[in-house]
Amino acid sequence: MKSTVKRLVSATAAAALSLGIAAGAQAASHSETFKIGVVTFLSGGAAESFGVPAWNGGKLLIDMLNKGELPAPYDQKGFGGLMIEAIEIDEAGGATKQVQEFRNLVQREKVDAVLGYVSSGDCLAVPPVAEELKAFLVLYDCGTPRVFEEGSYNYVFRTAAHAAMDNISLAKYMTSRGIKVGSFAGVNQDYAWGHDSWADFVASMGVLMPDAKATTSLFPKIFAGQYGTEISAVMREKPDLLHSSLWGGDLQAFMLQASARGIHKRMQIALAAGDHVIPQLGQKMPDGIILGARGMNGLAAHAKGGELVDLLWDRYKAEYGVFPVQAPFRMWQGLLGVKAAVEKAMKANGGKKPTAEQMAAAMKGLTWEAPSGTITMALGNGHQAIQPNAIGTTKWDEAAGEMTLVDVEYYDAECVNPPNGVKAVDWIKAGFPGAKCD
Amino acid sequence: MDLILVILVDGLIYGAWLFIVSVGLTLVFGVLGILNLAHGSLYAIGAYSTATAVGIYFAYGGDAFPLGSYAVMALAALLVAVVIAPLLERGLLRHFYHRDEVIGVLVTYGVFLILEDAIKLIWGVDPLFVYEPYDLLGMVEAGPLFYVAYDFLVIAVSAVAGFAVWYFLNRTRRGKVMLAVIHDREMSQTMGVNVDKVFLLAFGAGVFLAAFGGALTAPMISVSPGIGVNVIIVAFAVIIIGGLGSIEGAALGAVMVGISRAASVHLMPELELFIIYFVMAVVLIFRPEGIFVRTQTRKI
Repeated sequence: MKSTVKRLVSATAAAALSLGIAAGAQAASHSETFKIGVVTFLSGGAAESFGVPAWNGGKLLIDMLNKGELPAPYDQKGFGGLMIEAIEIDEAGGATKQVQEFRNLVQREKVDAVLGYVSSGDCLAVPPVAEELKAFLVLYDCGTPRVFEEGSYNYVFRTAAHAAMDNISLAKYMTSRGIKVGSFAGVNQDYAWGHDSWADFVASMGVLMPDAKATTSLFPKIFAGQYGTEISAVMREKPDLLHSSLWGGDLQAFMLQASARGIHKRMQIALAAGDHVIPQLGQKMPDGIILGARGMNGLAAHAKGGELVDLLWDRYKAEYGVFPVQAPFRMWQGLLGVKAAVEKAMKANGGKKPTAEQMAAAMKGLTWEAPSGTITMALGNGHQAIQPNAIGTTKWDEAAGEMTLVDVEYYDAECVNPPNGVKAVDWIKAGFPGAKCD
Repeated sequence: MDLILVILVDGLIYGAWLFIVSVGLTLVFGVLGILNLAHGSLYAIGAYSTATAVGIYFAYGGDAFPLGSYAVMALAALLVAVVIAPLLERGLLRHFYHRDEVIGVLVTYGVFLILEDAIKLIWGVDPLFVYEPYDLLGMVEAGPLFYVAYDFLVIAVSAVAGFAVWYFLNRTRRGKVMLAVIHDREMSQTMGVNVDKVFLLAFGAGVFLAAFGGALTAPMISVSPGIGVNVIIVAFAVIIIGGLGSIEGAALGAVMVGISRAASVHLMPELELFIIYFVMAVVLIFRPEGIFVRTQTRKI
C-alpha cells in the first residue's frame, strides 16, 4: 500500500513536473518574438509621399498579422507564430547615418531582419554592411537598378521591382492605347532617379515609337518648388507628350502651376510614378493624365480587386481616412515576402526560429502573393523581385467625389522587366528580347 | 523676338519671387549685422500660417468674396511677425549684437533647426494646399504663352514692397534714424536714439517680409516640411550679388539671377543651376563686396 501511494505520488510529481516543463516551454515559445527593424522616411521631403504612408501601412499590416486577421496563406499569426515586434527608424540624415543606424539595429537591438530604405543612395550604402554583419536585409522601396546589376549579395534582397519597368510600361501604354506621339519632352529631377527615368523612357520610345523625337529635357533641382520657367520652355516647344518622374511636393507644385496654365490641354502628360499625389491634389489633378504607380499599386490594384487588396484597402481607408497609394503597397509586399520566407525557413527548420542564413536561403527565388500581384525574386540570382505593373488615365468620378483610373492596362512582370543577368538599359535597347507579354 | 519676351517675363516672375524672399534677409543684416539663417524657416512659417488662415477663410464663407483671401494672406504674415519677431529679437538675438558675426550665424542656425521641428509639431508632415488665390485672377497672354495672372501680381507686390522699404529708409525720419543706427550704433545712442526699438522694428520688418514671401508662395506650391531650406540658399546668392545689407542690391541681384536662370532654362537647360553661382562669382571678382556696397578700407 505504502509503495502504491509512493508510486502515485512519484507519478503525480513527475506528471506535474513534465506538465510544468511543457507549460514553461510553451510560454517560452509564446514569449519569443520576431524583431524587425523598419527604416523609412519619417521626416524630410520624402516622408509625406513615401515614408509616412508606407509606415502607416506597415503598422496596420503588422497589427493584423499579429492578430491573425489575414486570409490564407497568411492566416498564421505573426511570422510563423512568432509575434512581430517592429522597431522603426527614420531614414532621414543621409547614407552615413543610415549605415550607423543599421549597425545599431543589428548589433545593439539584435533584430532578426531589417526591412527598409526608400533612398537609392541608402540602398547602395547599406547592403555591403549587411553582408559584413551577415544580417538579413530586405530593401522594400528604392528604385535604382544598380543594387543587383552592379553588386552581388547573399543576405540582401529587394522585394520591389527596380524603376526601369515604370518607364517601359509608360512607353508601351502609348503604343497600346494608340496615342500619337511625334515629339516628347521631359521634366525630371536633377539626380539619379530623374536622369535614369528619362533615359529609360527615351530608350523605350526609341524602340517602340522610333519616329517620335525627344525634344526638351529639363532637370530642375530636387525640391525646387518653382517651375514657371520650365513650364514656359515646354509650352514653347509644343511637344505632343510631356514625361515626368517628379514625385512628392515637387510633383504637387508642378501640377498646380502647370494645370493653372492649361498645359494638360495642349499636350498629353505622362507621370511615371504619379499616383501618390492624388489624395492631396484631388480635382487639381486634371482628367486625362496618364500615370503609373511603380507597380500594380494604389488605384490600379483597387480597380483590379481581390480578397487581400480589398481587405487592406478598406482597413487602411478606415484607419487613416485616405486610400493607400503606392508606398503602403510596397511595404505590404515587403512584409508579406519576409513572412513567406520566415515561414518557409521555419518549416525546413523543424518549426524553430530561423537564422539569417536560413531566411536568406528561403527567400532566394521565392514567389509570393501580395496586394500588388504575384512577386517573384527572379533577377539578381534570386535576390531582386519582378512584379506586374499597371498604367491608367485619371478621371474624376463626380458621383463618388473621388479620382479614378480608367483605361487601365496591366503588364505581366516578365513583359516589362528584363531577364536575369541582363541590364535593363541593354534589354530595352535590344528591343525587349524574351519579353513575355499577353 | 518671342523667345526674348518669354525669357524676360519668366525671369521677372522668378526674380520678383526671389526679391520678396530675400529683401528681409538683407534688411536684417544691414541693421542688426546678423546673417539670419532662420530666414528660410520664417518664410516657411509664413506659408503654413497662410495656408491655415486662407483655408479657414474659405471654410467659413470666403467663397462669397474670394478676393478677401489676399488680405488674409497679408494678415497671416503680419501675425507671424508680431508674434515671432519680439520673441526672437528681445528674447535671444539682442544678447549677441556685440559678439562676432559668426556667433550670430550659429545662433540663427540653431533657431532654424528649432523652428523646422516646431513647424512639424504644429502642422505635422502632411502637405497643406491653398490654391484658391492662385487661380482667382485667371490667365494672361504674354507673347506666345499664357501665364497665371497671379504671377504678375507677385511682380507688382514685390515692386511695391521694395519701393516701400526704400522709401521708408531714405525718405522718412524714422528710416533716416535707422540708417544712422546702421552707420554708427554708438553715436546714434549718444544722440538719444532708442537703438533697441530700432532693432526690434527692423527685425520685425525682416520677419514680416520673410513670412510675406512664404504667404505669396503658398498658393503655388504644396506647403510641406523643408520648403524653407532651398529658399535660404538662393536668397543668399541674391543678397551677396547685390551687396549684403543693400535693398537696391537685392532687387538688382534678384532680377539678374531671375533673367539669367530663365535664359539658361530656355537656351542651355543643363546650366540652370550653374548659372546662378556663375553670375555670383563674376560679380564677386569685380565687386568683392557686392554691386551696391562700397569696398571699405580697414586698419590692420
